[in-house]
Amino acid sequence: MAQASGAGDPALGAAVFKKCQSCHQVGDRAKNRVGPQLNDIIGRTAGGLAGAKYSKSMTKAGQDGLVWTEETLDRFLESPKSLVAKTRMSYRGLKDPDDRANLIAYLRAFAKGSTPAQNVPETGQETGQGAGIQLDPAVLAIVGDAEYGEYLSSECLTCHQSSGSNDGIPGITAWPTEDFVIAMHAYKQKVRDHPVMQMMAGRLSDEEIAALASYFNGLE
Amino acid sequence: MKLNRRVFMGSGAAAATALAAPMAFAGGHGKPRVVVVGGGAGGATAARYIAKDSKGAVDVTLIEPSRMYYTCFFSNLYLGGIKAIDDLGHSYGNMAAGGVNVVHDWAVGVDRDAKTVTLAGGASVPYDKLILSPGIDFVDGAVAGWDLSSQNAMPHAYKGGSQTELLKAQIAAMPQGGTFAMVAPPNPYRCPPGPYERVSMVAHYLKANNPTAKIIVADPKPKFSKQGLFQEGWGKHYSGMIDWIGDDFGGGNVSVDPGAMTVTIDGEVTKVDVCNVIPAMKAGRIAELAGVTDGKFAPVNAIDMSTKADADVYVLGDASQQGDMPKSGFSANSQAKVCANAVRGALTGSRVFPAKFSNTCWSLIDTNDGVKVGATYEATDEKIAKVDGFISATGETADVRKATYEESEGWYAGITADMFG
Repeated sequence: MAQASGAGDPALGAAVFKKCQSCHQVGDRAKNRVGPQLNDIIGRTAGGLAGAKYSKSMTKAGQDGLVWTEETLDRFLESPKSLVAKTRMSYRGLKDPDDRANLIAYLRAFAKGSTPAQNVPETGQETGQGAGIQLDPAVLAIVGDAEYGEYLSSECLTCHQSSGSNDGIPGITAWPTEDFVIAMHAYKQKVRDHPVMQMMAGRLSDEEIAALASYFNGLE
Repeated sequence: MKLNRRVFMGSGAAAATALAAPMAFAGGHGKPRVVVVGGGAGGATAARYIAKDSKGAVDVTLIEPSRMYYTCFFSNLYLGGIKAIDDLGHSYGNMAAGGVNVVHDWAVGVDRDAKTVTLAGGASVPYDKLILSPGIDFVDGAVAGWDLSSQNAMPHAYKGGSQTELLKAQIAAMPQGGTFAMVAPPNPYRCPPGPYERVSMVAHYLKANNPTAKIIVADPKPKFSKQGLFQEGWGKHYSGMIDWIGDDFGGGNVSVDPGAMTVTIDGEVTKVDVCNVIPAMKAGRIAELAGVTDGKFAPVNAIDMSTKADADVYVLGDASQQGDMPKSGFSANSQAKVCANAVRGALTGSRVFPAKFSNTCWSLIDTNDGVKVGATYEATDEKIAKVDGFISATGETADVRKATYEESEGWYAGITADMFG
């Protein structure tokens, strides 16, 4: 097992991480996606990873001294908005303390210099893997018509705020286009669960999804 | 030369001729003008989107009498004590910053030949395209014994603001064990689940503050929106408190006496403490004055919300007769975007995209017990036609219902930001 400063089990944490992996990656090939990659997260300044997109409030929290330790991560994971009020991370929180300890133990295994235990899998390196859908690369390669996307986006903005704020409905601005396309196709194929989104995505063509992805990617 | 309003108004027939060729008009004789009447979910959205997307190429005027807009949606949550009245109020301050010329006055007439809107203050505002989004008014004589002069004794509370506050005060003043009556409206009306969410929220308030009070609903309809979900919730949270009398049991045979505070349902007279009368509805009066209504509402073309009566006059939201969409703030907001795209295209030559519409209505039955119903729609030659839909299921877990309620709060924040900027 990895260096056990907490009581968590990284193997169990890998299962908990499934909740995170539609937005976050860890492992050798991890990249910043909707959220920052999480290698070496413990000890990182909040909002401090170059190339990742953060809310202003997360960046400010880091400037004010918030550093991810096991304790601060535990508090954040329990209720993200209680620690960083306007975080872009639209996740309600992980209420079970054991789940949090296991998840943190899992993340700790991806610290620099640590040798992950054999039973700790890396996750999410393949595009779309986390979403559980197969997409034709040609669909992912469609270059979206951003002007059409702006018109189509007006339908999204009845619920999703253009400012990126999330008050019960997730922010969808500044997502990598690929993640956006995958998420929408996952709703369309009814793999991702939500009746409103399945209905909304269900009638969008591949071109329309690409158009929306292109437009929302440009909104900060 | 930039044409100011006075010169424009003075140019009469010449301007009217120029308007037949909007591209020429936009090309150096001043900006095309859009006038929007009514600053709610339809009008505010249309005004803001045209101003925002045209980037100053279209002159947009919004005529709305109120300086603060109180949403009708979520007003039941105020009655239930879950939201404060201030949570429902929105100013037009950001609209002006977004390039919309906001005029706080009543539109009292439309001259479709001269293409002008007359204001109560006497001014006449010219338009190339007119968008009416006046919401609803009530049909005279719809409930025997009730007219608008009775609205203080028996509030409708079906327009946001002072009527909602009045009804709330009356509920709070009910004697212990008193009776709250509602006269529900016939179809079609604003917000199909609204009366039943209201019953739920009044029950929620009474359960905590006046637990022996009773609620009677006289309904001219044999069934209503989300009926299974509401009745399941009423049984679960407010057992024995609510008596819903549908048309099958004489709920449509109703009269009221605002002086005596009685309600007569199918011949049986009941003395009540509060009576919420929600009469049959029609388009807001300006649509009728403009001559674009046929019967109670204004028939429109699904592709762009232009009226059947006049291609340069559009009607959005509750006042329109469009087909399958329910009358709701969400629907009005959705229709406004299709209309805004079409109007801007007609005036500036910008791209016009296919009409797509959607609606979702959330209702709160008790604290953290939210439900929803929704659908997508498309434009056909005949009407706005339903494509696909969903509804919450009975027997859902508390977690699902709580998530649905939290989602409705997210939607409220989203749509009000979308309407007012």
